[in-house]
Amino acid sequence: MKKNKIKKIIALGLAMALTTGVMSACGGESGNDEQKSSGETVVIAGSTSVQPLSEVMAEEFMADNEGASVEVQGGGSGQGIKSIEEGIADIGSLSREVKDEEKGSVKEEYIIAMDGVAVVVNTETETEDITIEELEKIYTGEITNWKELGGKDAEITVVSREEGSGTRGAFTEITGVLVKDDEGNETDNTTADALVQPSTGSVIKTVSSTPDSIGYVSLAAVSDEVKALKVEGVEASKDTVLDGTYKISRPFVYVTGNDISESAKAFIDFVLSDKGQELVEENGFIPVQ
Amino acid sequence: MSAKEKIFEKLILISAVVSVAAVALITVFIFSSGMPAIKETGVAGFITGTDWSPTNGQFGILPLIAGTLAVTALALLIGIPAGVGCAVFLAEITGEKTARIFRSAIELLAGIPSVVYGFFGLVILVPVIRNVFGGSGFSIIAGGIILAVMILPTIVSISANSISSVPSEFREASLSLGADRRETIMKVVLPAAKSGIFSSIILGMGRAIGETMAVLLITGNVAKMPEAVTDPVATLTGTIAMEMPYATPQHQQALFGIGIILFVIIVLLNGTAQLIMKRFGGAGS
Repeated sequence: MKKNKIKKIIALGLAMALTTGVMSACGGESGNDEQKSSGETVVIAGSTSVQPLSEVMAEEFMADNEGASVEVQGGGSGQGIKSIEEGIADIGSLSREVKDEEKGSVKEEYIIAMDGVAVVVNTETETEDITIEELEKIYTGEITNWKELGGKDAEITVVSREEGSGTRGAFTEITGVLVKDDEGNETDNTTADALVQPSTGSVIKTVSSTPDSIGYVSLAAVSDEVKALKVEGVEASKDTVLDGTYKISRPFVYVTGNDISESAKAFIDFVLSDKGQELVEENGFIPVQ
Repeated sequence: MSAKEKIFEKLILISAVVSVAAVALITVFIFSSGMPAIKETGVAGFITGTDWSPTNGQFGILPLIAGTLAVTALALLIGIPAGVGCAVFLAEITGEKTARIFRSAIELLAGIPSVVYGFFGLVILVPVIRNVFGGSGFSIIAGGIILAVMILPTIVSISANSISSVPSEFREASLSLGADRRETIMKVVLPAAKSGIFSSIILGMGRAIGETMAVLLITGNVAKMPEAVTDPVATLTGTIAMEMPYATPQHQQALFGIGIILFVIIVLLNGTAQLIMKRFGGAGS
């Protein structure tokens, strides 16, 4: 008798949990739309590489300005342009330069930071200099031995970052490991033999302890434990990224359309302020101001 | 029945419902988040596909399943003999004093955070494996060894307890029948304690499958079918943890899909284990 009663109550609890679970799962998506129309909320949409930086900025901005609200969305650099065209976002973000055909829909563009990726090798590696083409061949698995690059006869241990990582995005896009077709479909051709490490720190640790290995990290993270290679003869540094001679770099751009709200303007001013640029540096990117 | 007792009964009932509700909620959440991705690829395609490259829209997780199973199997291969052997030593062979020292050392192992195991593996174990076996060192072996050490505390403490709780009459009877100590342990004590030993192994296996941080750092995370124990592999849990932060919505769904498969694997393993235990039955539980 008693056992039955308990069973019934447990079943009831389960049923309740299930319904609330399903309801909350369904309700989750509709909530976002309402906020966009309100004038107070600044919506930033676009590049997923810029997204983490925008989120940090938004957090800091909202902490400083009571009542301000900034919402950061992804979608890709192309989406950044599209969303200001369609007016669904106040600010579009791109992790590349604005293309000529896109200039029409952009009123103002602000470079908020530069992103540079350094190529690092084990300190015992003899090679000093590498070209973009060689990097592409190494990361797509076409070149597998250092002797093909004029080094000693040793197999290259390729170290990569996880899918979705911003650093991986920048590196593969700039070196051409990531191929885009006309429809905008992306194919990441990183060799399946590459070791994958989940963070900048673990890439450095792996490369520093593995002979004949090669990896890439955000420029700000290069340390003495590894050797940063010259790319196309140019040393990786803040200065060479800012003057554009170091090739594995890209700008983070905010773009705005015709009518821009006061709060969006205030947010961009904050990003370009000393404090905003400090945040840029803290997050491993290169300040531009 | 007094009122107090009734209130107490209800309180206990609520606690029971809470834990069941937690399981139910998690199940609903994982399934509702991950099912769309699995449906899109097709259940068979998702499980048996060998190409995991989310950026390219390829979601086949067989290499990840193989990675998880390989690392777990190796961990059990090393961990079970070492753990059960250690438990026998503590419970049957050595004296109370030494056992206490050993026990506290093993309990200390359980207290080390898994990221520390991972870092130890990355700095010490991986280079050793590279020097001994060649390759990059990031491998199934590295993961298996670290996991074996990590599941030791679980296997040793539960097995030792169940061996200790075998009634001493069993041993006395065996010895008085002329069996020596080794025979007594192997043929009387261990069989009597087998149900406890089994549950320790199942718990250890659960820990090995679910472990994330340590294997993430040392298995190399290469989503490719492994051919040798020196090959690097990616595990189910490692891939979820590694790729979740910046995943696009579709990619995220696929990661939840991995969560579903992980869930199913663990339910299946637990089910099989319980079936085995029921079949063996026996004392010492």
